[in-house]
Amino acid sequence: MFARQPERVAQPLRFVLDGRDVEGVEGDTVASALLALGVRAFRHHAATGEARGPFCLIGACFECLVEIDGLPGRRACLTTLRAGMRVNLAAMDAGAVITGR
Amino acid sequence: MEQGAEFDVVVVGAGVVGLATAFGLAGRGLRVAVLDGEGEARPASLANFGLVWVQSKALHGAGYGQWTIASARAWPSFAAEVREESGIDVGLRQEGGYTLFLSEAAFQRRSAGLAALCQQMPSPAMTWEVQERAVLARTLPDVGPDVVGGIYCPLDGEVHVLRLVRALTVAVQRRGATLLPSWRVDQVEPLSGGGFRLRGGESTIAAGKVVLAAGLGNRRLAPQLGLIAPLAPQRGHVMVTARLPRLLPLPTVSLRQTEEGSVLIGESKEDRPENDSVRPDILAAQARRAIRVFPALARVPVVRSWAGLRVLTPDGLPLYDQSARHPGAFVLSCHSGVTLAAIHATRLAAMIAAGQLGAEVTSFSAARFDVRAAA
Amino acid sequence: MRRVGSLPTLRDAYDLVVVGAGPAGMAAAAEGSRRGLITLLVDEASGLGGQIWRGLDLSSPSPWVRDGFALRAEVEAAAVDFAPSTSVWHLAPDLHLGLAQGETARLIAARHVILATGSIERPMPVPGWTLPGVMTVGAAQTLLKAQGLLPGGRTILVGSGPLIWQFAAQCLAGGRAPTLFLDTTPRANRRLALRHLAGFATSRYARAGLALVATVRRRVVRVAATEGIAIAREGGELTVAWGRGDARADLVLLHQGVVPNLQLALAAGCAVVWNPARAAFEPRTDDWGRTTVPGIAIAGDAGGIEGAEAAEARGRLAALGVLAAMGAIADGERDRAAQPWRRRLARARSGRAFLDALFLPDRRFRLPEEGTTLCRCEGVTAGAVREAIAAGAHSADRVKAMTRAGMGPCQGRMCLLPVIETLADARRVPPSTLAPWRIRSPVVPLPLAALATLPSAEAAEAAVVGY
Repeated sequence: MFARQPERVAQPLRFVLDGRDVEGVEGDTVASALLALGVRAFRHHAATGEARGPFCLIGACFECLVEIDGLPGRRACLTTLRAGMRVNLAAMDAGAVITGR
Repeated sequence: MEQGAEFDVVVVGAGVVGLATAFGLAGRGLRVAVLDGEGEARPASLANFGLVWVQSKALHGAGYGQWTIASARAWPSFAAEVREESGIDVGLRQEGGYTLFLSEAAFQRRSAGLAALCQQMPSPAMTWEVQERAVLARTLPDVGPDVVGGIYCPLDGEVHVLRLVRALTVAVQRRGATLLPSWRVDQVEPLSGGGFRLRGGESTIAAGKVVLAAGLGNRRLAPQLGLIAPLAPQRGHVMVTARLPRLLPLPTVSLRQTEEGSVLIGESKEDRPENDSVRPDILAAQARRAIRVFPALARVPVVRSWAGLRVLTPDGLPLYDQSARHPGAFVLSCHSGVTLAAIHATRLAAMIAAGQLGAEVTSFSAARFDVRAAA
Repeated sequence: MRRVGSLPTLRDAYDLVVVGAGPAGMAAAAEGSRRGLITLLVDEASGLGGQIWRGLDLSSPSPWVRDGFALRAEVEAAAVDFAPSTSVWHLAPDLHLGLAQGETARLIAARHVILATGSIERPMPVPGWTLPGVMTVGAAQTLLKAQGLLPGGRTILVGSGPLIWQFAAQCLAGGRAPTLFLDTTPRANRRLALRHLAGFATSRYARAGLALVATVRRRVVRVAATEGIAIAREGGELTVAWGRGDARADLVLLHQGVVPNLQLALAAGCAVVWNPARAAFEPRTDDWGRTTVPGIAIAGDAGGIEGAEAAEARGRLAALGVLAAMGAIADGERDRAAQPWRRRLARARSGRAFLDALFLPDRRFRLPEEGTTLCRCEGVTAGAVREAIAAGAHSADRVKAMTRAGMGPCQGRMCLLPVIETLADARRVPPSTLAPWRIRSPVVPLPLAALATLPSAEAAEAAVVGY
């Protein structure tokens, strides 16, 4: 969906996405790194279960909420990617399942 | 706009108290108008925590306890009726609820208070259990180590309060009542030949009876009809978390989890608030306590909060009265509009329709404040 | 400039707190601190620049970019605290601000606050706008500017406004032509805009803008005056249908202009007015950007969309207003210092009326149809909102309570304007008679643990029932 401009060179950064080792680059936000990896859906809507992905990328729409280093509900678009970061999309799915009733 | 006396009753206020009463009145074949002032963003009904709650009410005296218990028992059929007529499920769930204690002394005090109350009650209408930590942890496995015990009452429960307001709004109209939005009453006056006329801006409306159910607004309107409504606001803060997997199988008096999965946190009480704005240090104190009760909440985001103004009489009990000078004018004020909605829609509405507040509510008349003032 | 990486190193109180480090905020902070105010500049992003100057170091040189470098250098040289990656979640009329960085929070006091919170893209609620792979044009441009990411596959641009043309040109320059541009600008707008042509023709937008339009028209397939957009997803593919055709895409980018980001201003209780020419709320301000709440001013696009150059001038003027109010400069000096900025402001604003008229989005794209999701967070359709209005919800707050629209994590940032316009339409009243819903703290979600670290007065502790 998105491709990195070849003329831009940036240091690769390793981070962990749902337990897998993956790569972004220096200067990425968590959202840009995931989009560059081809991840479209970041979470499922808590009420409807629909897949949702980032929309505005400036922190206004709250669609790109993911779990980052154990903290749920973080805006991926405002979070600077750092080496070794643990990003969890599966966690948001678990959070969406309302059990009981 | 002139609306003639085509109404039997005008209910002033479209909160839970007004709507529930109007629902009952309209169900008795009366032509009802409900005026919605819509002045505040969060009138008490919408700021409400959504509990149908018995256990603490009984501590205010046997009369209030009995009235509350009767309403709690009437809730299932009320909810069913509202659902049938509005098509909206108000999410009533009455499987019991808890008050949790972080202090051994407070736990003992409350347990003793309830035991004493048991002897005052005319019949064993209310049951409750004093549960040590180990016992309640079987039902609420996520409670933190600081919780020493809790009081469980099987009559307690919760509703989806926004759906309740929406359902009642629809149901009263389906029963033929007329809902008039953006209708703020400036003045209400008795007519010489009986009945009342209300003015608001350019509009007037007339009816045989008038029921003031305008929350704190009753303070302004009641004196115009020879009634008194000595009410004071008490501010309460509510915080809402992001949606979570089920953490609270049953509600507690200050923490509950909605059907959507959000946890509501609300336990502050401030007298003489200057307004209904949100204070960050109250949010902070609530957050600390909530984390002690359910440590799993620590990392959960709070997505919204608000503050609302409770409608309190000097003794915390409801106020139901009919004007002696102008019969047909009623004032209804209470802090527990949700818990009492079922009985407002049934017995109280029947009394208003009959024009006579019955014996079981005479102790809630304003006469008690006069007595106090005289003494 | 001191970068404040952790909240405990902030002062307890500042003369001036500026929220937002775009052109307006940077200018306000630079101007204020240069003349002696103890100043804090706060932004949610990790660096200076705001949306317009994201990834400044990566941009190719232009006068535009040179302005950005100059202002950035000025802020970096100033005696100002800059708190990056910091959200403001509370602002009250007593000028206390709640700040948050991750799991930490802090309350600080200000003598004056300048809100330079910029703009957000106006939502374009068409069927399918919540699907993954559907984003805003601004989002894609942010990825390009800040991270050098260009749309890779088949990309369809949908909507109206200068940004969409600009982004199309940027894609072309990067060698990735958009597949299709569905232009929703109503034809009638052209006639309405002509009245303001004189102002535009002499403005700095004219030459650059026309060249850009010419390039994009030559190289991108454009469907003019498109109506009835609907996006669907089949398998991994998106389909965009419009009245007269449909096309497949990997990425769909929506845009219909930008509107002021007023979340904090509303939380603080600043009065706003509806601007029918821009179909948006704008704060009520005076010549110095001062709002109806004493001590709070608004500068830049948050005060009404005028663009980056005007924003810088507005930021300077707001800071001068604060300086005079605090007695740091005399009113005469304030007015003298303001003159060059007022001239720049006037120059920057010429041409705006033309753009406003030309690109005012079609009502059909501002008012979603019955079945279309209006509130993304809570999944509320326009039909549900209309139903609530019919049942008696006559204010935005009541619509919110009845439908949950505006109750999700974005707290109504996305759906306020469609709710207001739907209310106005259903009730047949002008939007100017309607007020936005009330916004309360926390304006940005924050973890309970962060809130729990804040100190509370004894009265607050006592108010929380301690069983």
